[in-house]
Amino acid sequence: MNGVMSFFRVTGGLVSLLMETLYWCKSVFKNTDKITDQLLVIGYQTLPVGALIALFSGGVLALQAGPTLAQFGIEENVGGLVGLSLVKEIGPVMAAILVAGRVGSAMAAELASMSVYEEIDALKTMDINPLRYLVMPRFIATVLALPVLVIYMDVIGWFGGAIVAAVNPDVHLSFTVYYRNLSELVDFTAFVNGLIKAAVFGVIISIVCCYVGLKTKGGPREIGTSVTKAVVLSFVLVLVFDYYVTRILLFLNID
Amino acid sequence: MAEQEGIRRENGGNGGLGAAGREGNHAGNVLLGYLKSAPVGVNISGLTKSFGQNRVLKGVDLGIEPGETVVILGKSGTGKSVLLRHIIGLERPDGGSILIGGEPVEYDAPGKGEHVVAMVFQSSALFNSLTVADNVGLYLKEHKVFKDDGKVRQIVSSALEIVGLSEKEDVMPSVLSGGMKRRVATARALVMNPDLLLFDEPTAGLDPMMTRTIGDLILDLKQKVEMTQIVVTHDIDLAFYVADRIAVLSEGRIIEFGPPEQIRDCAKHAVQEFITPQFGENRR
Ligand SMILES: Nc1ncnc2c1ncn2[C@@H]1O[C@H](COP(=O)(O)OP(=O)(O)OP(=O)(O)O)[C@@H](O)[C@H]1O
Ligand SMILES: [Mg+2]
Repeated sequence: MNGVMSFFRVTGGLVSLLMETLYWCKSVFKNTDKITDQLLVIGYQTLPVGALIALFSGGVLALQAGPTLAQFGIEENVGGLVGLSLVKEIGPVMAAILVAGRVGSAMAAELASMSVYEEIDALKTMDINPLRYLVMPRFIATVLALPVLVIYMDVIGWFGGAIVAAVNPDVHLSFTVYYRNLSELVDFTAFVNGLIKAAVFGVIISIVCCYVGLKTKGGPREIGTSVTKAVVLSFVLVLVFDYYVTRILLFLNID
Repeated sequence: MAEQEGIRRENGGNGGLGAAGREGNHAGNVLLGYLKSAPVGVNISGLTKSFGQNRVLKGVDLGIEPGETVVILGKSGTGKSVLLRHIIGLERPDGGSILIGGEPVEYDAPGKGEHVVAMVFQSSALFNSLTVADNVGLYLKEHKVFKDDGKVRQIVSSALEIVGLSEKEDVMPSVLSGGMKRRVATARALVMNPDLLLFDEPTAGLDPMMTRTIGDLILDLKQKVEMTQIVVTHDIDLAFYVADRIAVLSEGRIIEFGPPEQIRDCAKHAVQEFITPQFGENRR
């Protein structure tokens, strides 16, 4: 019973935080400095490690698929397979997990400590709305940054696949063949598909992490608990929504 | 800004204990000249609040006159901070009411009321991601109080100068001592130009000289700005130095409220506990 209650409470809380944050997006142009700050933080935290993850993910896709395709003599399709998997599925999910783990956790920790140490209270007494001042810039920055991060990781992942396809003796595919096949199969709609997913994941991560952070009460121990809770909830919701967004995109034929 | 002249300190100030250190401190006067309160009274009646089984406030009644400085004394854990949080609207009472300048407090929207109420939090509650100067200037910046940033900087530095922290403008709060944080919090509350200023233990962690500076600041705000102030403190010397009236909170109620002499002469045990020297006759 308690679980059911808290499920509805959290769902309601997330939806209403999302609505209020969307309302505060009206003052987005007056807060460009804060949004830029957040974008820089996100870029700084994710670009180096994102490149590493993408390189190896692309590589492992080629490693797994290459020899099998080669058995059937269709190894030139490695390019398209790696390209499409990254663009439509693996890129957005991987970027989301990276952002939830690095950026979302930091957001949850920062807002949780601000709640615990009465900084949020102080903001309120100064008539500064915490949703406008803290949540909205993080929301906008995450929703903008995630699709960009996905493109960045896609490109690096393709390259990782290309290297493995070239050096693996079972496959031995030249860069030219790999990229020609990739560009034939990865079309604009596939790209848009991935970017829509990324934006949805950005909404989920920023709202979940800000919500959990702002709801934190107690002391330093609770800050740690909140960070874990925020990251786990983000992961779960990202994967659940991945399925439904895919269903919707298939239905709408953006696929 | 013509009234600024009247506020300018002419000669050594109010003769307070710490005034000598701030003599001829013109930067401080920029802030004092800028401050302009519409003195508001505070009326608290029948205020009750429980946290679960813990009944903290059991019917607090307190009437504060416009421009008055009231000190609240009380044992640790009696609910002094909880009372201040109700006055500023961060906490919703179970029962009773609070009027500020005749207007009921907006509990869900602190900072949205008719009158500006500022609070120096017991925990200081500085924004850890902002420098000291940005902490102090945040209110002015976010509410676009001044068109040019130069004026903001001027007010911020004069506020920091009043609390003796001029050289710390660009420092992050995390490297400050507890007493310094308290003073930054005081400066941050001041620049809001409040009609009602709440201090939650403003001198905890301060050395005797700084305690006097804060005491003199409270007197200056009373005499020159006519700001209504509520000061929660454990420091009896400070209480008697600044208070127009003193209220003693005990067991969730105000058990004594009156001018310092009345408190000093009050026979109630719970009151005397506070105002007799801690170490009694054994003090060397
Ligand atoms: N948010 C809260 N939730 C539950 N209990 C609370 C909360 N805030 C305060 N209390 C309780 O209310 C009581 C009064 O706390 P308060 O902080 O007001 O004391 P205080 O008089 O300010 O003490 P001190 O002089 O030590 O600062 C305490 O028993 C405290 O545990
Ligand atoms: Mg307290």
